[in-house]
Amino acid sequence: MNPHLLELKQLHCERDERVLFTGLDLHINAGDVVQVEGPNGCGKTTLLRLLTTTSSDYRGEILWQGQALRRARLDYLNQLLYVGHLPGVKKALSPRENLNWFTGMYQGHQRCSIEAALEQVGLFGFEDVPCFQLSAGQLRRVALARLFLTPARVWILDEPFTAIDKQGVANLEALMAEHASGGGCVLLTTHQDMQRAATVRKLNLNDYKPVATAAEFTTPAEER
Amino acid sequence: MSDIPLAEEQLLRSRQLVSPGVWAGFLATLRRDTIIAFRHRGEMMNPLVFFLMVITMVPLGISPERIILATLAPGMIWVVALLATLLSLDSLFRSDFEDGTLEQLLMSPQPLYFQVLAKVAVHWLVTGLPLTLMAPLLGVMLSLPAAGFVPLCYTLLLGTASLSLIGAIGAALTVALRKGGLLLSLVIMPLYVPVLIFGASAVNNGIEGFPIGGQLAVLGAFLAMAIVLAPMAAAGALRIGING
Amino acid sequence: MAWQWFHRLGSPRWFYEKTGPWMPWLAVLSAVLLISGAVWGLAFAPADMKQGNSYRIIYIHVPAAFLALAGYYIMAISGAIGLIWKMKLADMVMKSAAPIGAVLTFVALVTGAIWGKPTWGTWWVWDARITSMLILFFLYLGVIALQEAYQHQDTANKASAILALVGTVNIPIIYKSVDWWYTLHQPATIKFTSESTIHPSMLYPLLTMVIGFYCFYALVLLLRTRSEVLEREKKTRWVQDLARQG
Repeated sequence: MNPHLLELKQLHCERDERVLFTGLDLHINAGDVVQVEGPNGCGKTTLLRLLTTTSSDYRGEILWQGQALRRARLDYLNQLLYVGHLPGVKKALSPRENLNWFTGMYQGHQRCSIEAALEQVGLFGFEDVPCFQLSAGQLRRVALARLFLTPARVWILDEPFTAIDKQGVANLEALMAEHASGGGCVLLTTHQDMQRAATVRKLNLNDYKPVATAAEFTTPAEER
Repeated sequence: MSDIPLAEEQLLRSRQLVSPGVWAGFLATLRRDTIIAFRHRGEMMNPLVFFLMVITMVPLGISPERIILATLAPGMIWVVALLATLLSLDSLFRSDFEDGTLEQLLMSPQPLYFQVLAKVAVHWLVTGLPLTLMAPLLGVMLSLPAAGFVPLCYTLLLGTASLSLIGAIGAALTVALRKGGLLLSLVIMPLYVPVLIFGASAVNNGIEGFPIGGQLAVLGAFLAMAIVLAPMAAAGALRIGING
Repeated sequence: MAWQWFHRLGSPRWFYEKTGPWMPWLAVLSAVLLISGAVWGLAFAPADMKQGNSYRIIYIHVPAAFLALAGYYIMAISGAIGLIWKMKLADMVMKSAAPIGAVLTFVALVTGAIWGKPTWGTWWVWDARITSMLILFFLYLGVIALQEAYQHQDTANKASAILALVGTVNIPIIYKSVDWWYTLHQPATIKFTSESTIHPSMLYPLLTMVIGFYCFYALVLLLRTRSEVLEREKKTRWVQDLARQG
C-alpha cells in the first residue's frame, strides 16, 4: 500500500509548560482538503508551524510519504507551499520581482509564467507596479499567485481568505478543489464559511486538548 | 492507492529538484536584496552619514590639534566604523521577518547557510564597502599620516566583512524582538574585540613604518573563520528566533 | 546503560530528588574549605617580598577569576546539551549558571581593582587580564540580556545557548588578541603574578581556596537549578505533593 502523503502520529506539543494538543493522529492523502478548527489559542498556528518545519518542538511523529519528516525534509520542502498571515511580499519590489525570487528559490520549476499567474489572480497590468502602491487585498493576491506557479503537492494555507473579496474566495476554493483532485492536498485554517464545505474534512484541535487532570499531572519527565 | 504512478513521478521530479539549485537560490536572494537596497538609497546613506558626523565630533570634543588627532585617527575611525556597522545590522533580517519573507525563506528547500551568506554579502556591499571607500576622506579630516591610508583601507576591507558576518548572528538572535537594536549591540560588541584590535593596530604599524602583513593575515584568517561559522550560527539562530 | 542514565539525568524530578541529599554535604565541605583556606591564606601564609600583605587578595581574586571563565564553559556546554538533546534540565542549568558567572566575574574585576590600588597606584589599569575579564563580563551580560528579552522560556534558552556557544568559540581569540594588544602597548611591565614562582606556602592556601570556590560554585548552581526546577514544574503532581508535605 502506498503510504499516506502526510501522517501525524501521536503528536504532542506544549509551549511554556502548557500542553496545546496531545495524541493527535491525522492522515492526509492525495485529494484531501483538511480544515483545522478550534478557538483562538488552541494551537492552530503552532500545528501549522510544525508542518511547515519552522518549529520542531514536538513529540510524536510526522511522516512524509512514510518517511520521518526530519529525514525527508528537503524532499518535503520541495513539495510544500505555505501562505500565511503575512503575505511574504517585499513592498519595495514589484509583483514580478517578488515572484521571480520565489521561483528562483524553488529552482525555477514552475507551472506557468509569472504573467499568467498574476493574471489569474486579477493583477493583470500590475506586474511592474511597486508593491507598496498595492492595497492589502492586492498584496494578498500576489502571495496567492504562488499557488498557480508552484508544482508543490502540499498546500498549507493560514487564513487564506482574509482581505479577499467574494469572487476571489470562490475562485480560491475552486482552485483548492482542483489541486486536490489533481493529486495534491490542502491544509487550511479559516474563520469564514466555505461554500464547498461538504468536501472539506475538519480537524478540531479541541478534541486533542489534554483532559484537565492529565494536563496537571503528567510531567515531561515522567513520560521520558 | 490508485495514484502510484503519480507518486513515482513526483518522487522523480523532486529528486531532480533537489540536486542543482543552491547557486540559483543564492543568486535569487542576492539579486533581490541588492535591488531592495538600491531602492532604499536613503537608508543606505545613513551609516555613512553617521560615520561622518561622529568623526566630526572628535575634534570638536577633544582638540583640533593635528598631532592629537593623528594619534587618535586609526582607533577612532575603526571604532566608528564598528558602530556604524552595528547600527545598520538591526534591519538585516527584521524587515524580512515583518513582511513574512523570512518564514518563506526558512521553509524553502534552500540551505539556510547560503541564504544567510547572500544576505550578509549584500549587507557588506551596501555598508562595509562604502565605509571602506569613505574612510580615506575621514582620515584626511583627522590628519591621519600619509602612511596610514593604505593600511586603513586594507584592514577595513577585510574587517568590515567579518563585522557583517558576526553581526548577522546577533541580528538573527534578536529578529523577533521589537526593541532588538540596542540588545543586538550589547550582544555583539564584545565579539568584535579581536577585529578592532588587529585592524587598528595594523594602521598604527603602517604609520610607524612597520610591516602590516601579520595583522592582515590574522584579519584574513578571522574572516575565513567567520565565513565558515557565522552563517551557520546565524541560520540556527534564525530558526529559533523566528519562534520568539 | 550509559544512555539510560543520561536520559534519567535529563528528568528534572530525578535530578531534584537525587541532588537533595548532596546539598548539606556540599555546604559543609565548601564552608570548611573556604574558611580554612581564608584563615590560612590571610593569617598564616608569609607576606610577599615586593607587595607585602596586599597580595593576599589573590586568595579571592584568583579563584573568582578561575571560576568566571570555567563558569562560562559550564554554561555554554549545558546550553549545547540543551540544544542538541532538547534536555530541559540542561537549559535550566544554563539559565542558572549565567548570573553566577557574571557575579564571579564582577568579583574578580573588583578585587583586581582593589589589588591595583596599592600595586599600580590606581584603581584601574588596562592590564591584559583585567581587560579580558571585563570583556568576559560583557559576554555574560549579553547572555543574560538575551535571556531576559524573550517572553517564551524555550526560545530564550535556545537563543542564549547559541550566543554562549558563539562566545565560547570567540573567548580564546579574544584572550589571545587582548594579550597581544597589551604587549604591543606596554612592552616593559613587571609581572607580579607569574604562577610558576609562587612559593608553596602561598600556593597551598590558594589551592584550598580554589577547590573551596569550586564546591561553593557547585552548591550555588545546584540551589539555583533546583529552584528553577520547582518553578518550571510547579503544576506537576510531584511538586505539589512536595509542597503539601511542606
